[in-house]
Amino acid sequence: MGKYLLIESRDPYEYADTNYFYDLARDLADRGNDVAFFLLQNGVLVARSGAKPDKVGELRQAAPRVRVLADEFALRERGIQKDATAPGIEVTDISTLVDLLVDDGRKAIWH
Amino acid sequence: MSDKTITISLMDPPYDSETTTTALRIADAALDKGISVNVFAYEGAVLLTMKAQQAHPNPVKGTTVEDQHHPTTSGFVGALFEKAAGDVQFQWINCGMCVDERGAADWIDGPKRGGPGDFYKWSQESTNTLVIGTR
Repeated sequence: MGKYLLIESRDPYEYADTNYFYDLARDLADRGNDVAFFLLQNGVLVARSGAKPDKVGELRQAAPRVRVLADEFALRERGIQKDATAPGIEVTDISTLVDLLVDDGRKAIWH
Repeated sequence: MSDKTITISLMDPPYDSETTTTALRIADAALDKGISVNVFAYEGAVLLTMKAQQAHPNPVKGTTVEDQHHPTTSGFVGALFEKAAGDVQFQWINCGMCVDERGAADWIDGPKRGGPGDFYKWSQESTNTLVIGTR
């Protein structure tokens, strides 16, 4: 089993290729890999409860084992309160991203 | 103290993308944890460390340089060099050809000139490597 850190900095409203990145997370998890999916910058826009398309909800339904995290700083910059985020999203900070980056054997991919 | 190292490659020029801020935040947080950081600046990112960068006033608002407290990318990078201490290293290499193309060789203290071979070497030696492309 491999370990992956997928960092999504883009939102689906501006970049349709975000769909492929969510698909990648789902497929990696389907194959038994440990996947952390970290939302950064405009990537956090889908973390809002009720966001359409519900990319995070779809991912969590298809691959419940994927750990979805969102950068608190990016949320705050965009006026999104922690209690306004969708269920299952771990609101955290850049320090957690660093911990994941130095987790032995975890491959990191930025999008 | 940690024996771990993160290598980051950057390509965006200053004041163009939020990605630059994020990368510098990652570097800052890593140094706080005692993790060494290497940054390979490619393409427009070689301009991040230009010594001549200056803060500016805002004539629309009528505010001064001091009022604006406008941060420069070279100031951020310089602060990271100052933060690194002891065994925790902060290294920065600007791609030499990218520098020459842009006439961008006058940097703050700290960065060195190099090439993709340096980035490859760092990636082999590091705990992890994060490649951040342009849009």
